[in-house]
Amino acid sequence: MHTDLSASGHPLSDTVAALAWLILLLPLLGFVANGLLSLTAAAHPGPADPSADHGHGDASHGHAHTIGHAADHDDAHHAGRHPAAKWVSLIGPGVLAVAFGFALVTFLAMRGAGEAIHAPYVLTLFDWIPTGALQIPVALQLDQLSMVMVLIITGIGTLIHLFSVGYMQDDPGYPRYFAYLNLFVFFMLLLVLGASYPLMFIGWEGVGLCSYLLIGFWFSEEANANAGKKAFIVNRIGDFGFLVAMFLLFANLGSLSYTGVAAGAAGLEMGGALVTTICLFLFLGATGKSAQIPLYVWLPDAMAGPTPVSALIHAATMVTAGVYMIARSATLFSLAPAAQLTVAVVGALTAVFAATIGLKQWDIKKVLAYSTVSQLGYMFVGVGVGAYTAGVFHLMTHAFFKALLFLGSGSVIYAMHQAYHATHAHADAQDMRNMGGLRRYMPITSSLMWIATLAIAGIPPFSGFFSKDEILAAVFARTHHSTLAEATWLGIPGSVVLYGVYALGLAAALMTAVYMTRMMLYTFHGPNRTGPAEQGHLREAPWIMTGPLVVLGVLSAVGGFLNLPALFGGGMSEILHHWLEPVVGEGTLRVTLGEAAHLSHATEYALIGTAVAIAVIGIAVAWTRLKPAALVPVSESPAEQGLARTLLNKWYVDEAYDRVVVQPTLGVSRTVLWKGLDTGIIDGLFVNGAGFLARGLGWLGSQLQTGRVGTYAWVLVLGAVAVLAGFSFR
Amino acid sequence: MHAFLDGIGYNGWILPVLLLFPLLGALVLVADARRFSTGTAVEAMGRSRSIALWVCLAEALLSLGLWWSVDVSSAAWQAAVTLPWIPQWGVRFAVGLDGIALMLVLLTTCLMPLAVLGSWTSIRERTHSFYALLLVLTTGMLGVFMALDLVLFYVMWEVMLIPMYLIIGIWGGQRRLYASVKFFLYTMVGSLLMLVAIIWIGMVVRRVTGAPDFSYDTALQLARLGPIPGAFWAFLAFALAFAVKVPMWPFHTWLPDAHVEAPTAGSVILAAIMLKMGTFGFVRFAVPLFPEIAMAPAVRSVFLALAVIGIVYGALVALVQPDFKKLVAYSSVSHLGFVMLGIFAMTVEAMQGALMVTISHGISTGALFLLIGMIYERRHTRLLADYGGLASVMPLFAVALTIVALSSIGVPGTNGFVGEFLVLIGSFPTQPWYAVVAATSVIIAAAYLLWAVQRILYNPLTNPENQALRGRDLNWRELGLLAPLLLAIVWLGVYPKPVLQKTEAAASRLVQQVESARMSQQRAQTGGGAR
Repeated sequence: MHTDLSASGHPLSDTVAALAWLILLLPLLGFVANGLLSLTAAAHPGPADPSADHGHGDASHGHAHTIGHAADHDDAHHAGRHPAAKWVSLIGPGVLAVAFGFALVTFLAMRGAGEAIHAPYVLTLFDWIPTGALQIPVALQLDQLSMVMVLIITGIGTLIHLFSVGYMQDDPGYPRYFAYLNLFVFFMLLLVLGASYPLMFIGWEGVGLCSYLLIGFWFSEEANANAGKKAFIVNRIGDFGFLVAMFLLFANLGSLSYTGVAAGAAGLEMGGALVTTICLFLFLGATGKSAQIPLYVWLPDAMAGPTPVSALIHAATMVTAGVYMIARSATLFSLAPAAQLTVAVVGALTAVFAATIGLKQWDIKKVLAYSTVSQLGYMFVGVGVGAYTAGVFHLMTHAFFKALLFLGSGSVIYAMHQAYHATHAHADAQDMRNMGGLRRYMPITSSLMWIATLAIAGIPPFSGFFSKDEILAAVFARTHHSTLAEATWLGIPGSVVLYGVYALGLAAALMTAVYMTRMMLYTFHGPNRTGPAEQGHLREAPWIMTGPLVVLGVLSAVGGFLNLPALFGGGMSEILHHWLEPVVGEGTLRVTLGEAAHLSHATEYALIGTAVAIAVIGIAVAWTRLKPAALVPVSESPAEQGLARTLLNKWYVDEAYDRVVVQPTLGVSRTVLWKGLDTGIIDGLFVNGAGFLARGLGWLGSQLQTGRVGTYAWVLVLGAVAVLAGFSFR
Repeated sequence: MHAFLDGIGYNGWILPVLLLFPLLGALVLVADARRFSTGTAVEAMGRSRSIALWVCLAEALLSLGLWWSVDVSSAAWQAAVTLPWIPQWGVRFAVGLDGIALMLVLLTTCLMPLAVLGSWTSIRERTHSFYALLLVLTTGMLGVFMALDLVLFYVMWEVMLIPMYLIIGIWGGQRRLYASVKFFLYTMVGSLLMLVAIIWIGMVVRRVTGAPDFSYDTALQLARLGPIPGAFWAFLAFALAFAVKVPMWPFHTWLPDAHVEAPTAGSVILAAIMLKMGTFGFVRFAVPLFPEIAMAPAVRSVFLALAVIGIVYGALVALVQPDFKKLVAYSSVSHLGFVMLGIFAMTVEAMQGALMVTISHGISTGALFLLIGMIYERRHTRLLADYGGLASVMPLFAVALTIVALSSIGVPGTNGFVGEFLVLIGSFPTQPWYAVVAATSVIIAAAYLLWAVQRILYNPLTNPENQALRGRDLNWRELGLLAPLLLAIVWLGVYPKPVLQKTEAAASRLVQQVESARMSQQRAQTGGGAR
């Protein structure tokens, strides 16, 4: 590895940051090691001649292959511990822990350099695609934004890897699981550390690939395999947008690196068609990866994967990549108010829409999945209105409390599954109608999840309150004196749009409080509905799983202090804001017309009061109106009717997409293109239509196929002689 | 390395040796078949395949020196050899390489041993003839990439056609007769037109220079002076011959049939190398010999449109194929569309992308056909519906198929991405709409390949015949033959620079040459208008 000389003048060049590539290398090595362990245990090379007759596979080959599992669709499975499990438990979380330690040291080095760091530290490793005018090196960019992301990814990642040791250790695919998980972290780190859009794109598609592999981890069930495939394909629609954005950048700015694009952006016209188009295509990419309307449909299905995967990939890290991408492109987006308003509107609509569906789900993970879609919408509102810090802040607190909620639900599912396993029952371990009263059996999980619930609902002083409030305040502040307020969006004045976004944000906040309280109520409170025999087996998960929950609980509770509003922060306020200033500050200032956004204290208190009131009302309504005692287990539950049924069926969006997009595409491809055009017209009419010639030559062909080498040789020779003769005697 | 190669005069003899050596191997096989005609079929299989393997391995090893000995930055032909052949007609045995031909020659020599290994146990009858034809085919393909004489090129073009016709027709599947005749007819019609065009060029050269001459360089020099008489028709004849071979939509319908019916080695060679003769033909002959015609707006947009139609159409039709081999065949139509788009976009980046796709497609699709052959030998079916759940009984196969599928989808980090990305980003500045439409295929490609992968590897393992595959995972031979391909997929995805450097000079020379011809024609036209 050689480093680019141009970076040597940077304040970080003589520090540990010069070894930033090690943070990437560690999880990659973990992937290789775990992958090899998985393969060496599974590999039994077959007989030399595969088509020779054989007996059926003898029993001795069968030991590690019982991946098929019981038909119930919960996801804790126990079919025999993998022989290499011990090594895997060491390597999988180990590489992450070391990477996190390394990230911390790098972070300290960055802080130590203090005010000096205004330019990103770019570390060039080697040339990737150098040809013609296109020069794409493999280069890492270390700045305040990527540093925050790296800390979240490796930190939360380590906790989730540890949890997985407990959750997955009896799964026969244990090494494969950690191989994928390590690979995911590698690509995620590449996504945030890459110094150019193509490098981000490698990470972008790489995390998508790992997501695909992990959603379909239990591939023997068609639903899981379908969910993985759906995630990949829907994401590729977004990736198409990302690609086109890169084409536009290269064709017009001549560069794809962040520094090159930032320099080129200076020449772009404010609000021009080009920069707006680029931003809209980038955002199309973001809607895929970050599950926004219209491409959110893959994320709820992604819950088919193991629950720690949902926590890491489908809540804390990968799905926030779109938010990161827009924060990273702050310079471009701040030049395109129309695109920014689009981002904010789509985010707000997604926040509300997903929240409505979350109100009526019975599967505990589905509630959290729609909640994630909804919260991601919030983040897009933040980065959409140019409050990049607020968006990233919510990304961070959400990573804390949503990882906690998912891992907590994992503990619940684990307990439920263990109980059903002990009694040999085959009930759904994820349906809340089969739960109830679990706080008596799992008090730690229950208390921790309540912390996370209060955080996501926006109750002070828990983390989510501060980040959500900051986003809503930013929207409100930009209704006046900002580029957004002065722009129009589909003919609507920008300030009107922003008031609408603010209202939608409040509505989503109300529903968030309701569905989260509902989930907690049905899971942990009221009478237990698991079954009398099972109750004796319900208990807290082992400490390797509960420990990470405790850490996340602390972070969810106090994480908000990382960016307290100036209103009551005093000297400790706006830490994250100041930290990210060198990266996104300029973009934010452009949106707010060169001055920091300002709200009077009275307005700020009013906004905070409104937000808190709404959260409290939501919780109170759910707490008083919902009656967990009236619930009965799934097997005895009546079918839903009316609106509840529509919500349970997710507004039938999947069905609509299937009818409008999937089936017509398949139908046209099959009947019109393949059977009609290919075999019908081209082959039937033109090719076979030249039938006489074909038949004549066919007859000749059949004469050629006597199978005697002599004949073939003669034909070849005669042909060659004829050609030569033709030339010589003309 | 350079000193050693210079010391043995490598560049002076290597190309003729590479052409002759497989032919000698074929003669050995024929002689061996005579001598051991009393042996059993199994003995014959064992002897013939080892002879073929050793010949192909030696050939590959011999050719590797070219990586170092060829100076890709030089404008002169490398390792060039010219011998008199039919002097009274100005036909010479002239061979030589540039960076583009170099990569295709290496692709051919390195894939042939794998094609032999892939036939190891599946070809059981008339094995001596099979492997002899395979070796003759090798000479033909290498000759096409090396030829610097139009007549030699034509002869080599036909030399490779006949063995492939016989391989499909004799060792093919149920409908092999139909498939082989279709293949033969399609290609023959195209190549006869090309022969006419070649003779026409020869006549024009003789009229201009007074001496008969079929050498490529003379034709190229003539082309620099402006379009030759009848250039449009000559271009059309060349283009048609090559378009059939590529195959460009709508001349593609021979390909699915040929692929489905051909034995594994036939499919591998067809997809990995023979289709590239078509795109190579455009790069070496049709475009540089007639730049004004090829780049005329009307002609160019026809080719761009056909390329993009092929990309999307191939992907859509692949989506609904029940037969895995047919699916891969249509995916080839789609991928080769990218090559054509890159060529006709005529920027250095797009041209480099086209060459990268050419090589990548050879590796990935070759690997896909080998993998299909491996499960076909076990289950005797290619229908996707007959499979399911194989990942739990054949984990090594599952890993290999997944990596190859990802490369064919064009996931970054694999070879597939580099080429497609370069084609698209290189075409976009001059041809934005074509590039954007072509880019939609990234979605469809993911759909058809992942759906196929799911139906083979995932889903419940219910079929007893699939359950019986337990313990019959890939064997050492199969692992060994896949390993280099899998390594190449990752290597070219992560560090394509060495390959891009090999073709860069040739690609930019071609682009300059074509662009300057186009410019001078534009000047001539506007100048004429002003007068």
